Amino acid sequence: MEEEMHTDAKIRAEIGTGCSPRGPGCSLRHFACEQNLLSRPDGSASFLQGVAEKSRERLIRNTCEAVVLGTLHPRTSITVVLQVVSDAGSLLACCLNAACMALVDAGVPMRALFCGVTCALDSDGTLVLDPTSKQEKEARAVLTFALDSVERKLLMSSTKGLYSDSELQQCLAAAQAASQHVFRFYRESLQRRYSKS
Amino acid sequence: MAEPVSVAAEYLAGSRARAARTVLGQVVLPGEELLLPEQEDAEGPGGAGERPLSLNAGARSRVRVVCGPGLRRCGDRLLVTKCGRLRHKEPGSGSGGGVYWVDSQQKRYVPVKGDHVIGIVTAKSGDIFKVDVGGSEPASLSYLSFEGATKRNRPNVQVGDLIYGQFVVANKDMEPEMVCIDSCGRANGMGVIGQDGLLFKVTLGLIRKLLAPDCEIIQEMGKLYPLEIVFGMNGRIWVKAKTIQQTLILANILEACEHMTSDQRKQIFSRLAES
Repeated sequence: MEEEMHTDAKIRAEIGTGCSPRGPGCSLRHFACEQNLLSRPDGSASFLQGVAEKSRERLIRNTCEAVVLGTLHPRTSITVVLQVVSDAGSLLACCLNAACMALVDAGVPMRALFCGVTCALDSDGTLVLDPTSKQEKEARAVLTFALDSVERKLLMSSTKGLYSDSELQQCLAAAQAASQHVFRFYRESLQRRYSKS
Repeated sequence: MAEPVSVAAEYLAGSRARAARTVLGQVVLPGEELLLPEQEDAEGPGGAGERPLSLNAGARSRVRVVCGPGLRRCGDRLLVTKCGRLRHKEPGSGSGGGVYWVDSQQKRYVPVKGDHVIGIVTAKSGDIFKVDVGGSEPASLSYLSFEGATKRNRPNVQVGDLIYGQFVVANKDMEPEMVCIDSCGRANGMGVIGQDGLLFKVTLGLIRKLLAPDCEIIQEMGKLYPLEIVFGMNGRIWVKAKTIQQTLILANILEACEHMTSDQRKQIFSRLAES
């Protein structure tokens, strides 16, 4: 499976759209264009550049929406602001963990906790959990999973690169095993916080 | 591969529901399920799914347990939705298994019926005042909800005034409504809060701690300087002492109370009493 894939939406599906192919040596970010989307004017177009940031936002938002009990707060918006202090690899997983901790700290009612785990597959099939930026760049596939705390179910996955079906299952199992370390860390840090009072 | 098997066993260990009684006073996380007292007997030693067949199934009496903040009913178990310490209160009299709730530390207030809060009047439109209580919507306060108020005798409330009142309507579907009289028509300490003084915000957990019956912080502060103080359950405290400096000292002590142990607090009070 080549090209960037997100499991909960398709980026290009409409007729009349085009995507710039990223050739070698092209330093521009991914961009996409849609034409003739409005019926009334004579012509219209929509141009998206730097889709990566928007889609990361959307992934985190969808994960949060699956876990937060929104029915207890109708007509209310919950805004999560994530500020990247330093990026040392596994950025999406780090953002998911930060979002979960922030929601717990704010007292937003949730049906479970969630965590993010990143796996990288390099050219000879070795699995590396929580890769650094260098490992991510050299890997042939990078997979990020969001897992919930109750039954380690998969909430969201975002994958990039070339991998086989069995490798996907292997990465998912490794991520599920790693997630218990993350949840144990959550529990310890929350216990430390409540032990002060 | 031996790994998946051992890993699967850990999952089950993590997701098995625990009895509420064994977890009292401990930190619980969202997503955990708790068993109520009468269910533990039915689970028995074969917790993974075996249930001993009971011949008198109807004889087990159901204890009615009240599910407080931070908990939700999920089938016949309790699902934890907020992080905090699990607490339980025995029923005073009569039947019922008491109340279970999660004591969480949060800053954001959600209006609850019956809570006494401090609000700031933000608008006056016709017969209603709009009062900001720190929730997602401003609460409405009718001008007739003050002691001795009639259509001719309107209360003297301006925009920007502080009001101490209680909620009569507060749920997720409707705009909250508050009043400054109790059910007998008396003010009982509610109404417009006087001039001067300082209003500041603290976490909700600290307010509950200060309002607990066995809290000595307020008595110690009273011995230090004479003061007037109003606590709102929405995290707002209004304090007034003789001079501005004393008021600021008291406000700083209250804000710092959250993180200090009682020894540190006594040290600070004794140091201030000397100076």
